[in-house]
Amino acid sequence: MQKKMAYSFPDEVLEHVFSFIQSDKDRNAVSMVCKSWYEIERWCRRKIFIGNCYAVSPRIMIRRFPEIRSVELKGKPHFADFNLVPEGWGGYILPWIVEMAGAYPWLEEIRLKRMVVTDESLELIAKSFKNFKVLVLSFCEGFSTDGLAAIAASCKNLKELDLRESEVDDLSGHWLSHFPETYTSLVSLNISCLGSDEVSFSALERLVGRCPNLRTLQLNRAVPLDKIATILRRAPQLVEFGTGTYAAELRPDVFSNLAGAFSSCKELRSLSGFWDVVPAYLPAIYSVCSRISSLNLSYATIQSHDLIKLVCHCPSLQRLLVLDYIEDSGLEALASSCKDLQELRVFPSDPFGAEPNVSLTEQGLVAVSLGCPKLQSVLYFCHQMTNSALVNIAQNRPNLTRFRLCIIAPRKPDYVTLEPLDVGFGAIVQHCKDLRRLSLSGLLTDRVFEYIGTYAKKLEMLSVAFAGDSDLGLHHVLSGCESLRKLEIRDCSFGDKALLANAAKLETMRSLWMSSCSVSFGACKLLGQKMPRLNVEVIDERGPPDSRPESCPVEKLYIYRSVAGPRFDMPPFVWTMDDEDSALRLS
Amino acid sequence: MSKPIEHDYIGLSEQQLPSMEKSSDAGNKKNGLHLKATELRLGLPGSESPEREDHDHKLLSLKSFVSGAKRGFSDTLNGGGKWVFGGGNGGGSEGLFSPRSGSSNGGNGLSGSDSGVGGPVLKDEAAQKPVVGQEKKPQVAGGSGHGNGNIAPVSNRAQVVGWPPIRSFRKNTMASHPPKNDDDAEAKLGSGCLYVKVSMDGAPYLRKVDLKFYGSYKELSSALEKMFSCFTIGQCGSHGVPSRDGLSESRLIDLLHGSEYVLTYEDKDGDWMLVGDVPWEMFTDSCKRLRIMKSSEAIGLAPRAMEKCKNRT
Repeated sequence: MQKKMAYSFPDEVLEHVFSFIQSDKDRNAVSMVCKSWYEIERWCRRKIFIGNCYAVSPRIMIRRFPEIRSVELKGKPHFADFNLVPEGWGGYILPWIVEMAGAYPWLEEIRLKRMVVTDESLELIAKSFKNFKVLVLSFCEGFSTDGLAAIAASCKNLKELDLRESEVDDLSGHWLSHFPETYTSLVSLNISCLGSDEVSFSALERLVGRCPNLRTLQLNRAVPLDKIATILRRAPQLVEFGTGTYAAELRPDVFSNLAGAFSSCKELRSLSGFWDVVPAYLPAIYSVCSRISSLNLSYATIQSHDLIKLVCHCPSLQRLLVLDYIEDSGLEALASSCKDLQELRVFPSDPFGAEPNVSLTEQGLVAVSLGCPKLQSVLYFCHQMTNSALVNIAQNRPNLTRFRLCIIAPRKPDYVTLEPLDVGFGAIVQHCKDLRRLSLSGLLTDRVFEYIGTYAKKLEMLSVAFAGDSDLGLHHVLSGCESLRKLEIRDCSFGDKALLANAAKLETMRSLWMSSCSVSFGACKLLGQKMPRLNVEVIDERGPPDSRPESCPVEKLYIYRSVAGPRFDMPPFVWTMDDEDSALRLS
Repeated sequence: MSKPIEHDYIGLSEQQLPSMEKSSDAGNKKNGLHLKATELRLGLPGSESPEREDHDHKLLSLKSFVSGAKRGFSDTLNGGGKWVFGGGNGGGSEGLFSPRSGSSNGGNGLSGSDSGVGGPVLKDEAAQKPVVGQEKKPQVAGGSGHGNGNIAPVSNRAQVVGWPPIRSFRKNTMASHPPKNDDDAEAKLGSGCLYVKVSMDGAPYLRKVDLKFYGSYKELSSALEKMFSCFTIGQCGSHGVPSRDGLSESRLIDLLHGSEYVLTYEDKDGDWMLVGDVPWEMFTDSCKRLRIMKSSEAIGLAPRAMEKCKNRT
């Protein structure tokens, strides 16, 4: 009797319960309870995240989830950001849009990262989805302002258009005018990546003026400082604002107009932009600084004392992106003023200079780690580091979850002891038990990987460059890091053994990237043959790998798990190692 | 410390890993994974990975004739010279700084000399050479006069592709505004890079080059020739005859300097111009994109370039 009651629990009730379950992990768990839950869940899932667009095909996605409203996809490997992935590698969104146009007429949201988006794709989006609301294109490329014009013209319910650092072909500044005068639903607009002279300012002004729900506006560099006040006065409700160029001749009327405009923005919590900053204009934002929680000064080429003045006005700061002009002294000031700081990113102002141009050392990071108890996420470029500083940081901040250190000169040892930095990074993984992301640099031997494999049990993403001595290093990581999802390696002498010995591990990960290492073509072939659920792709611009001996190392290797099988949109310099042999045997 | 467990799916028998203390001796092959006689062979005699030195020799001979973007850059930079920068033995990374095995060896990522001698233990080396950190910088650090005389002085800092890991958007943004330094001249020299796309009519895909990396039209043009040679010759990578590369190059040079292709660029105003008409600095400031165009399509570009120049001056 009781069993029967359980089976006759109405689907609608379960659906209603499932609607409160938003996280993908939980949804996936729900779908595995039993067949009927799988069925109910798949019909009511509205949001899908696909971390590797080649891991699954649009058809497979559509077949399982027929009622999706929001899709998030990632394409190229992370190292594409640093020009390690040749142009034409892949990551095209068009095939997805084509399939979704037919299957998901009610699609509302598309979020893409590192994908190739053409104007044709954008036009198809504009045409196909009547209720389209959100378009986020992070680090994408392949489209122009024509495509944006199509989106502006057709998407009547568009709420969010965010072009985060995408590469956009500038063809015309007038695409903004394609938003009809009746269009008023804009909530978030980020066009900070657009090149010069790409935006018609009057169209922008009118757009901002008629959209009362606008919360986020990030302008591009072309918008001059004296226009900021106009914009802000039309949108005093803004929560996030990114300036254009923050430079002008110092004029008291312009300054007071600007300061007045900022002070009327009571909801402002996040500021960015600040290209070409003229320090004299910075005090114009002081009135809002006490409420500011996020500040992106990473394009602001101003010196330490100006940065210190600014930062000391922001006691609520949680997130700071800044250039190394802040120097150690600035970071010490940060550590004493901003006790709520959670994320710090320090970028190099002169990454290719022969000698350091600023006094930013390991001391600055140590100071912040000591003074900011909530610090969780660090990205730090510097020229020198010591093991003892790293140990200090680890002991001060065991709550770190993301730690990315880039010592600019590859293979640089501890500059005091001249030892490798194994012990320092070892301390990081040992103390920071919740560390999810780690990037290594400096002189490192296999030992650091031993530490990582032993302690970094929650680590999900690891980036390695110019490190290690032998396959043992790679083996430590692959065999020890239980939560590892993404591993990217460049210029390390890791070869076949560790890879082959840990092949099964690769199926538990999203992807592995190895470039300028010592993995032979033969090993790649073997891996491809033995592991049918992995796509083993060799990227080699020297020509077909089988024109060289099997023992010859491949240039680049990208391995990822997939249920979609090998892809067919590869350029001539990418070869997939698939299980041809077994196919032949079967036929 | 618990020993990591090996997965035995591929036929490798359970191996006992060496103790952790030994493993810290970098570069010592004997402390590798100890995959012994039962290890899976790739089938080719002498192709087992322990013989990394063999790999190196093979790589050396491969690299002397393989053409392509990677070596193009490095050759442009150092005249095919040597690298201080011992690197992984990967088959040539994408470009400027191929970690040539000539200067590194085996599993050791580190080598101070170009002699190709194997197996320095990292720790020892670090102790013996106090400036080892700086030696490894892929740049000409003026003062670090190492015993290693292989660093050819260059006007631009030698750059490893993709290092330090900074996105192009940031690099290009900062490049147009060099860091504020007391010494302006140095600032200009060290100031970043400027990636522009290069397309070639008929080639299946684009490349990107860093304009700030070159000092003259000649350097840029020879780098582009090497980069796109495989398209015009119709084949990427040759099979082992050193002279072949020279032949390919001269054929391409003829093609580029002859009647087939011309090098053009799109400037800030969106106009397409012939490369070479304006001073180099003016060119790098205004060039947004490069295109290797068939000569037949390039008719009419020259007069515009001259007029523009007149208008500017």
